[in-house]
Amino acid sequence: MATAAVTAERENYLNQQYGIRSWLLTTDHKRIALLYLASITFFFFIGGFFALLIRLELLTPAGDLVQADTYNKLFSMHGQVMVFFFLIPSIPAVLGNFLVPLMIGAKDLAFPRINLLSWYLYAIAGLMYIHCILTGGVDTGWTFYTPLSTAFSNTKVIEAGLSIFVVGFSSILTGLNFVVTIHRMRAPGMTWSRLPLFIWAHYATSIIQLLGTPVLAITLVLVVLERALHLGIFDPKLGGDPLLFQHLFWFYSHPAVYIMILPSMGVITEIVPCFSRKRVFGYEFVAMASIAIAVIGFLVWAHHMFVAGISLYSAMIFSFLSYLVAIPSAIKVFNWTATMYKGSIRFSTPMLYAFGFIGLFTMGGLTGLFLAALGIDVHVTDTYFVIAHFHYIMVGGAVMGYLGGMHFWWPKISGRMYPESWGRLAALIVFLGFNLTFFPQFILGYLGMPRRYWQYPPEFQVLNVLSTAGSTILAVGYLLPMVYFLWSMRYGKVADDNPWGASGLEWMTTSPPPTFNFEETPVVTWEAYDYAHIPDPEEVAVER
Amino acid sequence: MFDNFPLWPVRASSGAATVDALYIFLVALSAFMSFAIFTMILVFAVRFRHRKGVEAEQIEGSLALETTWSVIPFFIFLFIFAWGAVIYFRERTPPRSAMEIYVVAKQWMWKLQHEEGQREINELHIPVGRDIRMIMTSQDVIHSFYVPAFRIKQDVLPGRYTMAWFHPTKPGTYHLFCAEYCGTQHSGMIGQVVVMEPAQYEAWLSGSPNVPLAETGQKIFAELGCSTCHRPDTQGRGPDLAGVFGKPVMLEDGRTVVADENYVRESILNPASKVVQGFKPIMPVFQGIVSEEQLSALVAYVKSLGQPGPGQTAGTSSAGPSNPPANEPAHEPKVQ
Repeated sequence: MATAAVTAERENYLNQQYGIRSWLLTTDHKRIALLYLASITFFFFIGGFFALLIRLELLTPAGDLVQADTYNKLFSMHGQVMVFFFLIPSIPAVLGNFLVPLMIGAKDLAFPRINLLSWYLYAIAGLMYIHCILTGGVDTGWTFYTPLSTAFSNTKVIEAGLSIFVVGFSSILTGLNFVVTIHRMRAPGMTWSRLPLFIWAHYATSIIQLLGTPVLAITLVLVVLERALHLGIFDPKLGGDPLLFQHLFWFYSHPAVYIMILPSMGVITEIVPCFSRKRVFGYEFVAMASIAIAVIGFLVWAHHMFVAGISLYSAMIFSFLSYLVAIPSAIKVFNWTATMYKGSIRFSTPMLYAFGFIGLFTMGGLTGLFLAALGIDVHVTDTYFVIAHFHYIMVGGAVMGYLGGMHFWWPKISGRMYPESWGRLAALIVFLGFNLTFFPQFILGYLGMPRRYWQYPPEFQVLNVLSTAGSTILAVGYLLPMVYFLWSMRYGKVADDNPWGASGLEWMTTSPPPTFNFEETPVVTWEAYDYAHIPDPEEVAVER
Repeated sequence: MFDNFPLWPVRASSGAATVDALYIFLVALSAFMSFAIFTMILVFAVRFRHRKGVEAEQIEGSLALETTWSVIPFFIFLFIFAWGAVIYFRERTPPRSAMEIYVVAKQWMWKLQHEEGQREINELHIPVGRDIRMIMTSQDVIHSFYVPAFRIKQDVLPGRYTMAWFHPTKPGTYHLFCAEYCGTQHSGMIGQVVVMEPAQYEAWLSGSPNVPLAETGQKIFAELGCSTCHRPDTQGRGPDLAGVFGKPVMLEDGRTVVADENYVRESILNPASKVVQGFKPIMPVFQGIVSEEQLSALVAYVKSLGQPGPGQTAGTSSAGPSNPPANEPAHEPKVQ
């Protein structure tokens, strides 16, 4: 904004109030985003710590670092922490929370207090889960398969289940808030066809959160009821059906993958045009691809059950539908690539993450074609091939997008620049470490190494050693950004309002933004990604 | 391929090569697609890198391109889907008169039972060149029967039978894994499948005297008192079981079901759920009374009644180890 009196002490959402109460009772979506950032980062490092222990155990074929029961708890809690306490809230609750109102020109989300409530639900669920970890943990796998979870496990299944039940409501409320906000709070002139694609991606994500999460919640309640009161629902000994659980669980948990990846795709769709200085190629197709993924994503769940005992013909239908959902994903990759054509491309840190995302997501997507093929799935399901595949999507894809987005919007969030060369180095380390960790697992899986194995036949060792080596590199890559982000909050260069010369309303307010985001409500008269009319920040500096 | 660094497990079944063929096709397709996309990105990134004074050219999009890169993948995907489905269809359709193995899985052990009566734990001996059909159930949680060398995997559920079949083509010893997480010693629930030359296998079979499974079943059938109602000669209170197996059965509620292993199992454990037309639901429930092993034997017995021998006194004639279809060497599967 062109207010001349820009001082270092400009009032913004960070310095308007101080003190712990001003944070814990805030209804400002930007502060709530930071509460989420701190909490999910905490859980990311817990989950990452479990992952490192898993990889260390697998360094040798014998089970020698931890006991079998401990190992089973490690991979169960790694999965649950990473999925429910990091990946699902990651981009929506941090970047989405921060950016959705800013991008559409609103003062806040539609329901600021519900937004705070959703963080409190997350925090309560998080405390319950930590209590569960500290008092013995849970060993059912992240999937809670019955009747193992309801009748055989001796661990804290009920506590873990209830904790995830509660965190689900945090997710539902965030989704609800976004849907209402995007419908009702857009600034004048911000039509649906002018929305940034980040918003379209979050809209699609919110639909899944709203419609899918209640099913998981009900399923977990049923697990708790069967375990606590011996109500026969899933256990055949009580007259139940164990496959019913799998249907219900995957009805949420497959779309949940899209809760993790769609927002990340939204981030990439902001980064690629900005650092190519070009409008996005095929806006409508990218937007509709998000919606298509959300809708078709609800119809593919049983592809997790091809060997579980479902009928031949239902397996065929679900295989076919799984191929359909691959098409909108492919469309996105092609459109990002085409966006670069005839651009003016800069290799800044966020763009490096975008390159990494496209590469890893492409490989994750292509290996999804293997798993959707019935004949191959029979051999590779429940092996390391699946582990590698979904880590390419959920870590190579979702986490790369999250980190790319954190770098891209860090100047807006903190008002400071991070050190660019460290940023590029970390992006490179993450990319290399990731591939070294997970690529060997594709081969391991095809060779037949089952997942969730505490000990394994010695012929699998070489590939496991490579994977473990990669995981330590990956850990360094993840620690670096945390260190320099914290460093930059005090020592980083003060950021301009729009350091990248990016489109989007969030860049038209100050960095960091004032509490109510805009001095006056913006009126939008231009299309999204109007890079023809946005000056390149560096060229402008030269001209001056 | 590489002795020290293999890319796939040994191919030891008729199905393994077909799975590998699709796998190799997909690896090639993925390599090609990744190469194309990565090259394009790399070329764009170098050629259109930021230069002073050179502005990006704004391009809206292209309906023709969007259509192309939606429709072409669709047909490629359709092709992969069909290929994968054909393999799966064959994997799920066991040939008739395969040699049958009854499997009972439990935490953390595989119990395998031959029709001839041999019992094995965590080890399965089978002859090369025969169709083998597994009839599997679990005593506790879900397990999964996985032999990478055969490219076969099937979850083993409590409370019902699931099936798998394969046709071993190469003698050797192969890994048997449990592939569905089943608790503490999941990774210890492993074993081996020993594929033997037929002569060796016969020698192994005759190594120990055994009561054939169907005969064991007949004994249990009598002990449990089943034979008082299920009898061929009278207007019994229960249906005569001779010739029933594998045939459609009319139920009291008008439905028709095929009397397969799961039907027999259910009719023993919970008879009221599917009552045969013309009979009353008077049979007692055997849930919790018969063990999974006894159930396997009963199923094998009822099955043996399904192919009445020349004497027509169902049960004794066809229960022996020289069960005609099982040892019929002339019957070779036509699938490759």
